[in-house]
Amino acid sequence: MKISTVKIISLLFFIFSAFYLYTAYQIRVFSFDENAAFNAKTFPIYLGYFGMFIAALKIVLPEKVSEEVDQKFLNYKKTLILVLIMVAYGLAIRPVGFFLSTSLFLISSYYFLGERRWLRMFMLSFPFVAIFMFLIHGLLDIYLTDPILKALGVIG
Amino acid sequence: MIEGILLGLKTALSFTNLFMVMFGCIIGTVIGMLPGLGPMTAIALMIPITYGFDPSTGLILMAGVYYGAVFGGSTSSILINAPGVPGTVATTFDGYPMAQQGKAGKALAIAAYSSFSGGTIAAIFLLIAAPMLSKVSLAFRSPDYFALMVLGLTAVSAFSAKGQFLKAIMMAVLGLMLATVGQDSLSDIPRFIFNSMSLSDGISFILIAMAMFAMSEALMIIFKGKDPSKVTKSISLSELGSIRLDKEERKKMLKTIPRSSVIGFLIGVLPGAGATIASFLAYGMERNFVSKEEKEKFGKGSVHGLAAPETANNAACSGAFVPLLTLGIPGSGTTAVMLGALLSFGIQPGPRLYMTNPEVFWSVIMSMYIGMVILLILNLPLIPYIARLLAVPRNYLVPLILFFSVAGIYLIYFNTFDIFLMIGLAVLACSLRLYNFPMPPLILAFVLGGMMEENLRRSLIISDGSFNFLWDRPLTAVILAGTILLVSWQVYKSFKK
Repeated sequence: MKISTVKIISLLFFIFSAFYLYTAYQIRVFSFDENAAFNAKTFPIYLGYFGMFIAALKIVLPEKVSEEVDQKFLNYKKTLILVLIMVAYGLAIRPVGFFLSTSLFLISSYYFLGERRWLRMFMLSFPFVAIFMFLIHGLLDIYLTDPILKALGVIG
Repeated sequence: MIEGILLGLKTALSFTNLFMVMFGCIIGTVIGMLPGLGPMTAIALMIPITYGFDPSTGLILMAGVYYGAVFGGSTSSILINAPGVPGTVATTFDGYPMAQQGKAGKALAIAAYSSFSGGTIAAIFLLIAAPMLSKVSLAFRSPDYFALMVLGLTAVSAFSAKGQFLKAIMMAVLGLMLATVGQDSLSDIPRFIFNSMSLSDGISFILIAMAMFAMSEALMIIFKGKDPSKVTKSISLSELGSIRLDKEERKKMLKTIPRSSVIGFLIGVLPGAGATIASFLAYGMERNFVSKEEKEKFGKGSVHGLAAPETANNAACSGAFVPLLTLGIPGSGTTAVMLGALLSFGIQPGPRLYMTNPEVFWSVIMSMYIGMVILLILNLPLIPYIARLLAVPRNYLVPLILFFSVAGIYLIYFNTFDIFLMIGLAVLACSLRLYNFPMPPLILAFVLGGMMEENLRRSLIISDGSFNFLWDRPLTAVILAGTILLVSWQVYKSFKK
């Protein structure tokens, strides 16, 4: 018997709701609030039970139309690379600074998505980020930490 | 009311706000035109920009983006048969056949005039209805609000995806669960933070909106291998034809616009219904109103068939502001995003909004008129050029959307944890969307979560822990009966299949 992906997602949601419910019961409320009509864990407890109920319904009820997705049209590799580039961007943004990390993020994303026109890629990364930073830092006065630009004396 | 209108005009006509309406309309049109990127993505991308703004200015910008995106959506429906937003699907029925007959310019003009008229007429209705409803809604108590929120979530779940009611409810529950992360609003007791300081203030609404809409939409473009620019490249400026309408066409529009405006506005006011249902309903009803000869033309390039959904979807957009401004309860995913933004400005929409923040209340209404005029003047002659601009390949489009999402969240909180959380939520949203789990109920539930808990808390405390409050007041009982009817209808529909 083949279990559909939607049912697997529903099962995961059931497990998630059960975990949420367990965590909701662990919320420590003030002792004088313990028997109150409503305390900090009341709403989460209702939600946990309701989430499990809805997920169970979705698992149990038969599917009238197949909701499977044709996997051959999905581009897992490119999407995964893009997600990893974003994670790397997130890791680099503080130590490397906004300017360099963002410019490198843009250039590498363009490249991995198949772009090879280097001049256009360059124009839409380093100068583009510089203009963006000028608008943010220079005009809107939002402070941006950037150790490299600070060392170069570009920003204070 | 006159004082309010003048106050609204004064605020909306200031240089900054006028510029924001223009900017919002143009950006909204460009984003709305891209198939798949709708008003919610457009507004989500705008939130970080509006962060330091005055609330009126922020909301005016977002309202401009909203209208622009709906207008932009009809352009791609007409030119390339690819609706930018679900609310413009009905536009393709007659808009695209007109474009194929070499009358794309005319179709765009009909769409623009109808959108303008529908939006303007509905804004007049809003002007009259909103203050009246605000007064009525002062009688609402906590149980009524709780019941209304349950109804809103049920309605959005029922209408957000056809035949996916349970999935939509699951998404709403997930949204409510995410809203409980952080300190309890009354006792400050931490909940679901797992000893992380970054979660102690809860998950930011902006983060959720950006992750679920902007970022996941960009990832979906790559995941599904869609390239909106490919179809756009085929548009030739010379193929558009004249944008001038003859007397006969104008006469037909004059008949369609008033009735479609009324339908659109009324549907827009209902929680969950929105522009998509309004446009389909207006299209269907218009078909019954016209002569037999005209009926034959439906689906083949009928002026009535194009004007009706275009009028109704814009009127519904104005109608959707009624529950938001008067009750503080959004009726759709898009207005939920706006409510979230308003709350982050420190403004609580609701029956008292037009007393506590009259400048916000009235300036939004007045900016709608201005937005409509700007859309007509600016966009109609510029549409062919804007459409050409959209030939930006996805190789550039996707990284730029991702950059704006990441930078948007980083520049507000300067916290890398938020970036990783956003990436994680976007990947989750991507997987869920692939299997048709709708996102609007999630965002609406996330925005309403805090208020829903607060109203349930008050109701339960007043009724001493008893659930009698659900039927003690006639108003609460009526609203809950509406919810039960809606759920029963969904159950009946699923068994009928």
